[in-house]
Amino acid sequence: MVAPTTKAAGDGSGLTEMSWDPITRIVGSLGIHTKIDFKQKRVAECYSTSSVFRGYSVFMRGKDPRDAHFITSRICGICGDNHATCSVYAQNMAYGVKPPHLGEWIINLGESAEYMFDHNIFQENLVGVDYCERMVKETNPGVLELAERTAAPHAGEHGYRTIADIMRSLNPIEGEFYREALQVSRYTREMFCLMEGRHVHPSTLYPGGVGTIASVQLFTDYLSRLMRYVEFMKRVVPLHDDLFDFFYEALPGYEEVGRRRVLLGCWGALNDPEYCDFTYRNMTDWGRRMFVTPGIVVDGKLVTNDLTEINLGIRILLGSSYYQDWEGKEQFVTHDPLGNPVDPRHPWNQHTIPAPQKRNFDDKYSWVMSPRWFDGKDYLALDTGGGPIARLWSTALSGLVDTGYVRATGHSVVINLPKTMTKPETSFEWKIPKWSNALERNRARTYFQAYAAAMALHFAEKGLAEVRAGRTQTWEKFEVPEEGLGVGFTEAVRGVLSHHMVIRDGKIANYHPYPPTPWNASTRDTFGTPGPYEDAVQNTPIFEENTPENFKGIDIMRAVRSFDPCLPCGVHMYLGDGKSVQKMHVPTGLSGMGG
Amino acid sequence: MNAPSPATATAPDAAGPAAEEESPIHILWINAGLSCDGDSVSLTAATQPSIEEIALSVLPGLPKIAVHWPLIDFECGPVQGADNFIEWFFKGERGEIDPFVLVVEGSIPNESIKPEGYWCGFGDDPLTGQPITTSEWIDRLAPKALAVVAIGTCATYGGIHAMEGNPTGAMGVPDYLGWDWKSKAGIPIVCVPGCPIQPDNFSETLVYLLHQATGAAPMIPLDDQLRPTWLFGATVHEGCDRAGYYEQGQFATTYDSPKCLVKLGCWGPVVKCNVPKRGWMNGIGGCPNVGGICIACTMPGFPDKFMPFMDEPPGGKVSSAASGVYGSVIRKLRSITMHTVDQEPKWRHPGEKLATGYRPPW
Repeated sequence: MVAPTTKAAGDGSGLTEMSWDPITRIVGSLGIHTKIDFKQKRVAECYSTSSVFRGYSVFMRGKDPRDAHFITSRICGICGDNHATCSVYAQNMAYGVKPPHLGEWIINLGESAEYMFDHNIFQENLVGVDYCERMVKETNPGVLELAERTAAPHAGEHGYRTIADIMRSLNPIEGEFYREALQVSRYTREMFCLMEGRHVHPSTLYPGGVGTIASVQLFTDYLSRLMRYVEFMKRVVPLHDDLFDFFYEALPGYEEVGRRRVLLGCWGALNDPEYCDFTYRNMTDWGRRMFVTPGIVVDGKLVTNDLTEINLGIRILLGSSYYQDWEGKEQFVTHDPLGNPVDPRHPWNQHTIPAPQKRNFDDKYSWVMSPRWFDGKDYLALDTGGGPIARLWSTALSGLVDTGYVRATGHSVVINLPKTMTKPETSFEWKIPKWSNALERNRARTYFQAYAAAMALHFAEKGLAEVRAGRTQTWEKFEVPEEGLGVGFTEAVRGVLSHHMVIRDGKIANYHPYPPTPWNASTRDTFGTPGPYEDAVQNTPIFEENTPENFKGIDIMRAVRSFDPCLPCGVHMYLGDGKSVQKMHVPTGLSGMGG
Repeated sequence: MNAPSPATATAPDAAGPAAEEESPIHILWINAGLSCDGDSVSLTAATQPSIEEIALSVLPGLPKIAVHWPLIDFECGPVQGADNFIEWFFKGERGEIDPFVLVVEGSIPNESIKPEGYWCGFGDDPLTGQPITTSEWIDRLAPKALAVVAIGTCATYGGIHAMEGNPTGAMGVPDYLGWDWKSKAGIPIVCVPGCPIQPDNFSETLVYLLHQATGAAPMIPLDDQLRPTWLFGATVHEGCDRAGYYEQGQFATTYDSPKCLVKLGCWGPVVKCNVPKRGWMNGIGGCPNVGGICIACTMPGFPDKFMPFMDEPPGGKVSSAASGVYGSVIRKLRSITMHTVDQEPKWRHPGEKLATGYRPPW
C-alpha cells in the first residue's frame, strides 16, 4: 500500500485536500482538486483543471479554409468526426453550398453510428466500471450485499437475475457484458467507417457532401449491423434502468450526487436535408427541423430553441484560465448576416493569446476558458450533462420531432424499435427526470443510444430511397469566397459543439471551435461563477464507506464521469474530517488557497 | 485494464507469493502529449488481436502484462489515497517495476521556449504542486524503459500540433530524444504513425515487442523513419483498389466518383501506409479505396507538406499524364517527392527558440 498523503487544507477549515489528476477512464487529461469535509461527508470545494494546450485557433490562422475539417477533426480522438462534421457545416455556410440529400443522409448515418459507438463504450467500459461489482465491493460493501439479495425487476428482458449479477457483468475484462460492449463498440465503428471511411478522423467527409460510394451494398452492410444493435439496446435500456434505480433505493439521498441546477444547452444535431440549406438567414427555421432539437433549458423551462438566438448569446470569458484578454483587438464581425450586433466576446471575435504560467488555484489554474450563454441579464454556466440528458430534455420540451421511430411529446421522448432476431417490437419512453444529477445523466445516455439507433433506421430508409430512385450523387461543387462567414452547430457525443469561422483573402482569418468540454469543465469565470464540474461536485455528499486513508472518492468520480469528460484536463478536490490528518511537508498547488 | 484478471494481477499488496511466479511486463502509457487520445481510442477497435486478447495473453507466447493506461484503467483513487493511478509512473522512475515499456501518445511541446508554466502535464509533482510536464516524464522514464514506443503521428513526428505557426514548438519523440536514441536494451524508438493509428497496426507492433521481450522474436525491423518495415514498406497507391483507374488514365473530377482521386488531392502515390490494403478496421473502410483523399497522415512531413489537402499534389500532373508509361521514369520522379515528404519540416526540434513562425506574446 502506498502511504496515504492526505493533508489538511491550510486554511484552518478542518477540510482535507484531495486531488485526482489525471482522472482515468475518460478521454484526455482532467484533474479535479477538492477540499472534502469528512465530518459532514460532503465535498466543500472543487477545482477542475486541464493540463494541455495545443493552440488550434492559433495555428489555423492563414490556412486554406478547406483544410478546416481535416485539421479540427484532430481536436478530439473519440468524437473527431463530430468536429469534422461541424466544420463542414460551417464551411457549407461560408461557401454557400448545399450538399445532395443523399450526402446528408450518409453524414447522419455516420453521426448516428458515432453516438451508438461512443455512448456505448463510455457507458459500459468507462463509466460502467464505477458501478461494477469490484468497485462497489471496494467502496460500499453493504450496497453489494443488498444487490446480491435484490432481484432485477427486468431480469426477463436482460437476463441478469439480481442487481449484483448486473454489477458482476460490468467487471473489467472478466465481465461478459463488459466484453460484449467492447465488441459492440467495434461493429458500431464499422458502421461509421462504412459511411465516413475511418474512425475517428473521417476520410470521406468534405464540404459539399461525402465521397462515399452510395450503393445498395453500403446500406445492406450498415443495416445488418444496425439491427444487431437495436436488439442489443432492448436489453441495455432495462438493464441500466434496473441498475440506476437500485442506487436510489440502496443509498437514499443519492440523487444529490453530482446534482446541479438544471442549466442545460443543446445545439441540435442531424440536419433534415429537406429543410437545411446551410444559410444563416434561414438557420432559425432549419435548426428547428433538426432530428435532435436545439434548446436551452433553465430550471426545467425551455428558454429558446432558436439557433440564431443561441448563436448570438455565446460569450467567451477567460476567468481563471491561462490566456491574455483580447480586449481592444480587432473585431472581425460587428454584425451577423441578419444585421444583429455581434458581441466582442463572441467566438467570431475571439483572439486566443496563450499566457503560460504557474498553476495557482487562487488565480489562474487551467487551460480551459469559460464559455457562458448570455440571456440578456446573466452569463449562464450551461452544461451539457454529457450530451444525452440535454438533447432529450430539449427535444422533449420542443415537441417537434416525429419520425415514427422517435416522437417528442412535450414532456417525454418515445422511441419505437422494430422486431429483431429474438425480440418483439419494443417501445421505450424517456421521461423528463426530477433532477440533473449523475444517475440521470447516465440513464439518459442509455436512452439516447436507443434514440440514435431509431433515427438511423429512418435515415437508412431515406438514403436507400434515394439510391433506388437513381439519385446517387453525394457531393456538390463549391467555390471558396474571398470573404466569408460561417458557423456550424451540432451535438458532439458529449454535448454542444460550435465552429465559428471568418474567411478573408480566401484564407482562415479566425476559427474558434467550442466543444462540450470547455462548457462543462470550465473554471471559475470573471464573475467567480464556478464551472459545471466544479459546481456539481461541490456539495456532493459522500456515501463511500471507506475512511479518509482508504478513500477512493467514488461518489466524486461518478459525479465527474457522468458528464463524459473529454479533454486534456484534471480534477482536484478537498475532503474534510476535522481531526488532523497527516500533513505533507511540502505544499501542493492547493495549499495556497484561502491563505 | 489494470489488474482485472490473472494476466494483470498487479495489486500493490500482492507482492508476496504472486510476485515470485511470473512478474509481468508493465506498460506505462502517457497520453498527455499534445494529442487527442485518438490513438488510445483507436486501439480499442483492434481485433487482430484485440486489447482483451493481449491483456489475457491469448496469443501463443505472450507474456503476462500489466497495463497502466489512462483510457480504461480501473484505478481511479486520489493522489493522496488508495489506488492512485499515477503512482505506477513514480514506481517506474524509482526502478520498482522492471521491465516496462513506455508508450507515448501525443507530440512533445517545447517547454523551454517560455519563462514559466506548462503546455502539458501528467500528474502533479509532490515537491512543487505543479503539473509534471510530459517531457519531464520522458526524461525520467526513458532511461529505465525496455523500449519507448511512439503511438500516432503526433508522437512519432509531431503531426497536426506541430503545424507551421504553432505556439508550443511541438515535435515528435525522436526529435526530442534524438533519432539515434536507443533504450537500455538497445532498441531504437519504435514509431507507429497514423492519425490515428490503424488499430491492428499498433496491436500487432505491441505483440511483436512483447514477443521480442521474451526472446521469441529478433530485433524489430524498422526503417529510417523508425517504422516497422512490414507495415509501412508499401505506398497507399500500391495497395489501393482504385489504382486500376489510374493505370487506365481515368481520374475523378468530383469527390463522389469511384475513380482515382489523385487529381483531387490524393497523395497516395508517395505515402507509406497500408490502410487501403488492410482496411480501417476489420477490413472495412479506409481512405482512397472508399472515396477519401489520402492526406498523408502517416508521414513525417504531415500536415504541412500536403496542404492544402484538397488541391492536386504537385507532380501529380506529370505522373498521371504519363500513367501509361511504366517503370523507372515514374519511380524516379516519385522517389524525389517521396524523399521530401518523408522528412519532417525543419522547425520541429528542441532548443530555446521557437522556429514555427509564431510570434510569442510572452
